[in-house]
Amino acid sequence: MTDKNHYHDIRAQEKPPVIKKKTRQGLCPGQNHYVMIYTRYERFWHWSQAALIFALFFTGLNIHGTFSLISFKLAVTIHTFAAIALIVLWIFTTFWNFTTGQWRQYLFKEGIFKIIRFYAYGIIVGEPHPYKKGLQRKQNALQSLAYMTFMLIVGPALWSTGIIYLLYDLWRDMPYAGVLLPIIAFLHTAAAFMIAIFVIVHVYMTTTGKSVFHYVKTMITGYDCVELTEAEEAYIRETQSVSMIE
Amino acid sequence: MRKSATALCQLAALLFALTTGSIAALAADGQDHDGKSGGTADHAKFEELNKTFASGPDVTRACLSCHNKAGDQVMHSIHWKWEFQNEKTGQTLGKSHVINAFCGNVAANEPRCTSCHVGYGWTDMAAGPPKDETKVDCLVCHDRTGTYTKIATAAGMPPLDPVSPKAQTITGAPAKALDLGKIARSVGLPGRENCGQCHFYGGGGDNVKHGDLSSVLFEPTKAVDVHMDKDGLNFACSKCHVSTEHQWAGSRYDVKAIDTVGTGKPGARRDVATCESCHGSSPHPIGTVAGIKLNNHTGRVACQTCHIPSFARGGVATKTKWDWSTAGKLKEGAPYHEEDFTQSDGSHLHTYLSTKGGFEWGENVTPYYAWFDGQVRYTLSDATIDPTKTVEINRIKGSPDDPNSRIWPFKRMEGRQAYDAKLNHLVYNHVFGPDTDSAFWTNFDWDKAIKAAMEHVGVDYSGEYGFVDTLMYWPITHMVAPKDDALACAECHARDGRLASLAGFYMPGRDHFSWLDIIGYLAIAGALGGVILHSLARVMMRGRTKH
Ligand code: HEM
Repeated sequence: MTDKNHYHDIRAQEKPPVIKKKTRQGLCPGQNHYVMIYTRYERFWHWSQAALIFALFFTGLNIHGTFSLISFKLAVTIHTFAAIALIVLWIFTTFWNFTTGQWRQYLFKEGIFKIIRFYAYGIIVGEPHPYKKGLQRKQNALQSLAYMTFMLIVGPALWSTGIIYLLYDLWRDMPYAGVLLPIIAFLHTAAAFMIAIFVIVHVYMTTTGKSVFHYVKTMITGYDCVELTEAEEAYIRETQSVSMIE
Repeated sequence: MRKSATALCQLAALLFALTTGSIAALAADGQDHDGKSGGTADHAKFEELNKTFASGPDVTRACLSCHNKAGDQVMHSIHWKWEFQNEKTGQTLGKSHVINAFCGNVAANEPRCTSCHVGYGWTDMAAGPPKDETKVDCLVCHDRTGTYTKIATAAGMPPLDPVSPKAQTITGAPAKALDLGKIARSVGLPGRENCGQCHFYGGGGDNVKHGDLSSVLFEPTKAVDVHMDKDGLNFACSKCHVSTEHQWAGSRYDVKAIDTVGTGKPGARRDVATCESCHGSSPHPIGTVAGIKLNNHTGRVACQTCHIPSFARGGVATKTKWDWSTAGKLKEGAPYHEEDFTQSDGSHLHTYLSTKGGFEWGENVTPYYAWFDGQVRYTLSDATIDPTKTVEINRIKGSPDDPNSRIWPFKRMEGRQAYDAKLNHLVYNHVFGPDTDSAFWTNFDWDKAIKAAMEHVGVDYSGEYGFVDTLMYWPITHMVAPKDDALACAECHARDGRLASLAGFYMPGRDHFSWLDIIGYLAIAGALGGVILHSLARVMMRGRTKH
């Protein structure tokens, strides 16, 4: 998992300087180091995706008729622009994931039951987290599975039905268009509900760090304490490929 | 590139309007309505017209001496024949055949109804309109003095000296003797006051019938009608209802419900009265999502649906219900009336007349909406009806699955009218006939009135009548509102919007899968509840592990 050869692929494009001053001493306990684990692009992607999904969910429900807090016209306008923005963002991010090799983060990991047990019980009674965040292991097994589901099932369900829905006027005169439209709307709405649940649980999970806002802060600043192997530490010092605050 | 072309076109149109405008201003008859200017002759200077005329046909003879094809042209028009052969349904329609939900039928009531015929002296529907060209009434359409009119009950004759003091015109005004010579010398292309005298008074009174055609349109404000706006575009009817050889575009029997040809080549179209023939089928600005969306709506929603948010605007109500079954009640042997509807201008309208029964009225009426492909099938006197159900006097055809259908606005007239209770078909009714002993309006006897009419028309009648609930649909297309008054999306895209009862298609905002929503909302509530419980457990346990 900590194969040296990967560092270059992954972090080559960003070379922030290693801050040598010992300003942040004692920030991380034990072996841990305060390193940038979320690059600028990852953070940009994450937060703009969050904003877009929130806007899409809000305007989507407004279109759906759940409430009408804004006009239908405005809701459709925002929904359309936000949808196009989200699709562009996803295309870029997919590209980014593959060129940087970050897609590996989402691969299936073992130990998922330990994680589930931890969140269902361990966390309540104060057990330590069974999973240690590493430079190459930003997500635990449960996260990987959840994000994978998001990216491979719910996301595509939304954008594929969304695009078909958006282009309704191009196919509305085809046979069975009248049958297809409600099916598309159904799937789109169902996927929207699934995303909403994902978001709720996901947001809640961010409060389970060292402090309530620890994970949120990490996603804003990009830095977190992670355990580095000696090899990793040496490599980072040598190549300065990852920003590290000591 | 496109922009500059449009600008150029606009400039050209402006120049054109200015020149034609000044020509029109120079014209002796002072024609002021756009769409009918451009004449090259001053009729006041014609020898043939500089005399006194004894009768309408006398004037017509003078007209025909120059316009030698006009008589024949008019006599081939629906204005003359009152007959329309619907090729698509095979039905023979027109005023001379159909039964409606208002006065019912022309046949057997001729001199009253044919008062609005473009001719003189049509006294028997069955015999057809007069055969003689001089019986064509040129003046009713071409008078530009604004004084020409016809007597309400005289089969199309104008009021000429001596006029009976009780005589009324077709608009209900007291009739005064006309100066036919002066009128003949004034002639020009028809204005709204010409068409309106008949078409604004259909059904026996102002706006009774259509709902979107009332006396308000003689001089409407922009808020009532953007096209006929007296201080703006000021269109004559013929601006849209284009004509060739005295035949007009725009039929209610065979409606052009969708027009995919659009504007055609500049100046090319003389065949349709559709909105698209001027505005094209992508009239909304494409700079916004909403504009693009609206342009895509034009294939499924008629322009009128959004742009005529309500009809009977401007202060004149329309009749929305006519119940014949209560007609004939008398007080101390005499007919009476009630006037329980107050129009916005303060005037009182009949809600009961012994002669006609009970009425309901409406102003600013929200239309009824339906899918419409332009085809209308009438329930004629030969159609068997089911009297236990509401009978549709005219059925409008259309379906959401048909690309030629669009959602159209209608006035839906409710009626309760007579039918043959044994043979189950609609009956004709003899209402007008001051001198007969069978006319309903003078004798108040249904038996006699129906029998007389059925004999006159030659349709079987069992002798037993009843009353059946009816509906009649009138496509709404006039009174186009300023664009700021057009319907907002949510008027229809809402659970209980204007299209709430239109079935057979999915529409966002209106439709949803209730059980999916329930599952979805429950799942969201469950997720929220779950995380709240979880966090509570964490907080509580943390407290405990500390101590
Ligand atoms: C990813 C690209 C997306 C596209 C292309 C898209 C497109 C659309 C379109 C075209 C509509 C129909 C209304 C209209 O014409 O504007 C719609 C409705 C809707 N959208 Fe989206 N959308 C997307 C993402 C989302 C997301 C992320 C959510 C929620 C988180 C969402 C929730 C909804 C909902 C609830 C409706 C109402 C469905 C109905 O009642 O028929 N959409 N979307």
